[in-house]
Amino acid sequence: MTATVTTDSRTEKSDRVTSRGTGGARRRLPRIPDRIRQGGLPYLLLLPAVLLELLVHVIPMVIGIVMSFRQLTQFYINNWGGAPWTGFDNFKIAVDINAPIGEALLHSFFVTCVFTFFAVGLAWLFGVAAAIMLQENFRGRGFLRAVFLVPYALPVYAAVITWAFMFQRDNGLINHVLHDQLGLTDQPSFWLIGDNSIYALIIVSVWKGWPFAFLIVMAGLQNIPRELYEAASIDGAGIWQQIRKITLPSLRPVNQVLVLVLFLWTFNDFNTPYVLFGKAAPENADLISIHIYQSSFVTWNFGTGSAMSVLLLLFLLVVTAVYLFITSRGRKGADA
Amino acid sequence: MRTIRAAAAATLAISIAAGVTGCGGGSSASGGSNDSPKTLTYWASNQGPSIEADKKILTPELKKFEKQTGIKVKLEVVPWADLLNRILAATTSGQGPDVLNIGNTWSASLQATGALLPWDKANFDAIGGRDRFVDSAVASAGAEGKDPSAVPLYSLAYALYYNKKSFADAGITKPPATWDELVEDGKKLSRDGKWGLGAEGANLSNNIHQTFVLGQQHGADFFDAEGKATFTSDGAVAAVKQYIDFMAKDKIIAPGNAEYAQNQSLTDFAKGKTAMVLWQAAASTFASQGMKPEDWGAAPVPVASGTPGQGKNVNSMVAGINMAVFKNTKNIDGAKKFVKFMTSDDEQKLLNKTYGSIPPVKTAQADAAFSAPDLAVLRDTLAKSAAPLPQVPNESQFETAVGTAVKELWADAAAGRPVTTESVKARLEKAQQTMQQ
Repeated sequence: MTATVTTDSRTEKSDRVTSRGTGGARRRLPRIPDRIRQGGLPYLLLLPAVLLELLVHVIPMVIGIVMSFRQLTQFYINNWGGAPWTGFDNFKIAVDINAPIGEALLHSFFVTCVFTFFAVGLAWLFGVAAAIMLQENFRGRGFLRAVFLVPYALPVYAAVITWAFMFQRDNGLINHVLHDQLGLTDQPSFWLIGDNSIYALIIVSVWKGWPFAFLIVMAGLQNIPRELYEAASIDGAGIWQQIRKITLPSLRPVNQVLVLVLFLWTFNDFNTPYVLFGKAAPENADLISIHIYQSSFVTWNFGTGSAMSVLLLLFLLVVTAVYLFITSRGRKGADA
Repeated sequence: MRTIRAAAAATLAISIAAGVTGCGGGSSASGGSNDSPKTLTYWASNQGPSIEADKKILTPELKKFEKQTGIKVKLEVVPWADLLNRILAATTSGQGPDVLNIGNTWSASLQATGALLPWDKANFDAIGGRDRFVDSAVASAGAEGKDPSAVPLYSLAYALYYNKKSFADAGITKPPATWDELVEDGKKLSRDGKWGLGAEGANLSNNIHQTFVLGQQHGADFFDAEGKATFTSDGAVAAVKQYIDFMAKDKIIAPGNAEYAQNQSLTDFAKGKTAMVLWQAAASTFASQGMKPEDWGAAPVPVASGTPGQGKNVNSMVAGINMAVFKNTKNIDGAKKFVKFMTSDDEQKLLNKTYGSIPPVKTAQADAAFSAPDLAVLRDTLAKSAAPLPQVPNESQFETAVGTAVKELWADAAAGRPVTTESVKARLEKAQQTMQQ
């Protein structure tokens, strides 16, 4: 996913370079004939990736879609090609909000939306803030940059299981600090079960996600000419004005891709809730990825689970398409 | 440029789609053969303290088998958390091991897939006959009225483990035999930061094991004769409420136990923070936590009144590990020979002694090694007062649905929210409604 999106952003960049370069800039590489350039070359370059995508992703995905139309339970998994067709029954079960399965899926969808909103929002905020803070050169900047990337570099399982230990009610570090040392709570709180579990999930997700935002924004900041800040400073603009008028608008293309990627990763995140809560997440931290996993692989209703996956896929495609449409329109407007 | 963008967007869409719906599959192969008579693949469940320990224990035995038969066994020890998914994947792809361990509560569910060799009379005769095995263990190897889908390998039952020093300090002279006595003793023991009883509230399987037994004592099976879920019967509701009430009403379980799922209650027991736990074959865990055998005792799990037995006085589920053969094995004769070897008297004594379990083979069970006081309790429980979990195809769904309902009820109790007959029934009703088929 990252590679694909990066390709997209590179495409935008090369687009600009080309348009700026029409004034006769020197080219190092031999000129590729326009016929090939506009015709087959892009497809040729994409061919290896598309072939691999077909093998690794598309074919299993098509099988997943086929499964969503079959009554696939433990009675048929030994010969799943022979599972009876059920038409849209699995989809009806998944979206019937008056029945428990549909109701639970809808609940899970809302939980995931709330979780994604806060997890992405905070990760983005921390990432941008840290990147801007480290924009200036000062002693220890390199060290801080390295330290900030640690959560991103750590293996997810090891990191999240450590958080799970820290969130334990009786022996965890979090309650030790909040309750024992600071006395902020009347009694030790539960974090891994009950109402607080959504907060625990958001905290871990933000901790894990913000270094990526930091990294991408930091790279984006390198492209903002220093002269802009110098000129603004001479004109009397303060730090906040510089951030609002120069930094954030310049970062807009980077942020558009960053937020999309963070959204997709966070909405689909399976590892964090699974390691934190196990296969049965608390009700108010029941993310859709875990919910679908449970429907498919724990209760062995593979057909219904596949139908839920297809619905999730459609939702994410629509959101992505709308997002790309809006942001590209905004960009065109800005370019014009 | 538009073409590049279109192609990139298509690739992006594919990546998203694949991230969400990836799923594999294959077709079945039917019937075993002897195309590969010199090798076998064996998936052993992780029984010992670690995978490495299991390899050390099993490898010499496999060498012994190779010496006897010339068949080389390739061993893979699979962690519990992965085992069921690995079996499902193998069932779907048809690329599984020849012989494997399964948890006995999964027997009927896996039997329904049709991927495992049924143990009919001929197959049982090939390993010495069905009569060699304890009845309750065979009963937990598949649905009633059908040929079992596996052969019992290691048997386990629940017992009440108690800390002798905590009991002496509280002036209690003998372990409780009824639930009333347990609550009474529990209240005496729950003081000065210590608690009477331990629980693993976030462990779905453990929740099921405990509530199933209490359900039996209340005359509830959780499924009717046709295999339909009856989670909201009066007996089932009373059983679940009784279990949660140990924390909510009787206050003999620490609220923190509601989030336990990694055997933390055993650590609390070993540290003297909790005086009693209901557990299966816990001796080796206690030893690994520094307890000496004289520090703890084992007694039968309490019943409502009288002594443990069948019917309403069932006090344990039949726990254990079974050995199954994939129907599409390419070494069917070798696989049966291997099952015969692993269920032979000598291997049964050796392996069950090592793992602290009870042999499901009657002759091996009679060995003096299994007469130590704690093992005698487990052995007698298995023989006289244990019942298998419902052997229905959707047992796996039952464990998840009811196990999760009980987990949520623990969370309510721990947070101080009221746990009433109505709230228990509502949770169980929701669990029942999620059962499909």
